[in-house]
Amino acid sequence: MINTLLSGDRPNSRMLALLLIAIGLCLAFAPFLFPGTKPLDTAARICIFIVLVASYDLLLGYTGIVSFAHTMFFGIGAYGVALALGSLGASFLAILVGVLAGTALSCALALAIGLFSLRVKAIFFAMVTLAVASAFAVLVSQLSSITGGEDGLTYRIPRELTPAFRLTDLRIFDVRIDGRLLAYYLIFFSALVLFLVMLRIVNSPFGTTLKAVRDNAFRAEAIGYRVVRYRTTATVLSAAMASLAGALLAIWIRYTGPATTLSMEIMIDILLMVVIGGMGTMYGAVIGASLFILAQTYLQSLMASAETATRGLPLLPDLVAPERWLLWLGTLFILSVYFFPDGIVGRLRNRG
Amino acid sequence: MSETAIRPRLVGPTAMERLGKAAPLLLAPVLALAGLAAIGNPSVWLTLTVAGLAMGLMIFIMASGLTVIFGLMDVINFGHGAFVSVGAFVGFTVLAWLSGWTQNPAVVLNLAAVFLAILASMAVTGALGLAFERVIVKPVYGHHLKQILVTMGGLIVAQQLIHVIWGPDAIHVARPPSLQGSFIVGEAAIEKYRMLAVAIGLVLFLAMRHVLRATKLGLLVRAGVENGEMVEALGYRINRLFLLVFMAGSALAGLGGIMWGLYQETITAHMGSEIMVLVFVVVIIGGLGSIEGCFIGALLVGLLANYMAFLAPKVALVSTIALMVAILMWRPQGLYPVVKAK
Repeated sequence: MINTLLSGDRPNSRMLALLLIAIGLCLAFAPFLFPGTKPLDTAARICIFIVLVASYDLLLGYTGIVSFAHTMFFGIGAYGVALALGSLGASFLAILVGVLAGTALSCALALAIGLFSLRVKAIFFAMVTLAVASAFAVLVSQLSSITGGEDGLTYRIPRELTPAFRLTDLRIFDVRIDGRLLAYYLIFFSALVLFLVMLRIVNSPFGTTLKAVRDNAFRAEAIGYRVVRYRTTATVLSAAMASLAGALLAIWIRYTGPATTLSMEIMIDILLMVVIGGMGTMYGAVIGASLFILAQTYLQSLMASAETATRGLPLLPDLVAPERWLLWLGTLFILSVYFFPDGIVGRLRNRG
Repeated sequence: MSETAIRPRLVGPTAMERLGKAAPLLLAPVLALAGLAAIGNPSVWLTLTVAGLAMGLMIFIMASGLTVIFGLMDVINFGHGAFVSVGAFVGFTVLAWLSGWTQNPAVVLNLAAVFLAILASMAVTGALGLAFERVIVKPVYGHHLKQILVTMGGLIVAQQLIHVIWGPDAIHVARPPSLQGSFIVGEAAIEKYRMLAVAIGLVLFLAMRHVLRATKLGLLVRAGVENGEMVEALGYRINRLFLLVFMAGSALAGLGGIMWGLYQETITAHMGSEIMVLVFVVVIIGGLGSIEGCFIGALLVGLLANYMAFLAPKVALVSTIALMVAILMWRPQGLYPVVKAK
């Protein structure tokens, strides 16, 4: 049963399995284990980013393509839901319409970009996506009549998903069963299903071919696989998954703006999560996203106390200021590309 | 000796073939004329064209290093933007030290201050390029994927270090008084600084062409682009050559950075990664590794960006992407694809 769910891709390491089970259980029972707004918000973000990072890994780790347009697809998904909820009213139908429209647009764009830049050289793709994604971000902030510009969009979501809604008056473990809880479980189960679907994809014959293309495109072409077709399909699939993750984010935070979906910072965050967690394994996304978001939320306060502790010393307080945490993550990122290219998951698996 | 011996016949390229070869050269003038037709007003057009040339040449300065680095060693440096930012900040610091010279209305002192600032930022970014190449790029020769990731990591770290050293806020850079204001030609106003930028850019392009075409170093670089292994087999240390080119490219990025900073009059740690978008577009349009293509691409992007900023400001950046797509449809490898003998 579990084997079927995981598509035969077992963690293959006791430590890794324990870690994954712990993360899974914590996320599944987050509202009961860690009551409060901030922990629940962190848990929902972890769920969403697991999908986003896994979809990026489909491209980077499994197909060996670097894309900088992943936040663009993430943003398209989020804006799709935001615009639909804004214009059609707060209903589940609007969400459905938004999700479908956003995903369709993402797929079309990914197909277009893939067809004209993957044809030539894989390295073109990285540069082209970087250029297209920044042009898109600028376009979104310019077209403020539709997208709200830099301010973004706020909108109402269906009443069943808001804190005002009560399913029952019953309390379970002293936690109210309100709409926010339902929204969390909507996010959690959607993320779980999407993750399992991606796990299925990478363990299918198609996924195996992707790995062959990654490891030796020339040989794969010689055996008779159309490399361009496989690369483009992987691009489209990962774009679709990214926009679904974007839709989840739009539902959860009830706000969509350039800073939360399209910015280069998020793209860099995704890169860091994939590489630190482990490229070329879906479990890397789970570990990477969970660690990174926990660090983002809680490490910064630790750094703040380090800053106060070192106050008076030259330069050091500036280096450990909470705003500088990307400095340390960037260093960690470079080191992990050199020394642990398989990331945390690869390390754990190699140990036994 | 019979009179009827068959003499070798030289078949020159046909007119169409020659036109096809020269077509990229015609693109910039054609675009300028199209701009004139679309804008209508000649004096506005002149102002915009000079602005476009200035912008294009500044982008060329930043992009040329990147494209030669790629051509020579197949290394794509996503951290190139960091050198742009660092160059701007170092230049700003030097200009601030020389504030006695920059506030003086004398042209000579102003230009001397700018010149010193340029020298300082090129020296610092060149040295940084050395460190960057040795520490960050060298271990990942031959792995495109790792190169992209690692140089991206280098960019993040460099931006954060700029924040640590110069603080997180945007800094205002005032141009020296003799570089402020404009010449008036007819009804058109042409900013003095833009003329300086055009001059520096053109001199640099010609110097670079001279070095690449008429010196031994240039010969080695061109040979290295075409077939690095053969150059190595002939006894030249291509790694050292590459290090030199990497440093030169980084120094050029620093030069571009201070010029861009003086052009915008504000500098931030992210300015490098923002301008990198245009730099990549230019490098792709020109064909990865080609200096001439890069030059034409930079002029096209600069002109188009300025015309579109006047005609339809909201889609200015998108128009450069459209240009890139159009060029790639016409020539999938860019205007002047670099021929590799492999």
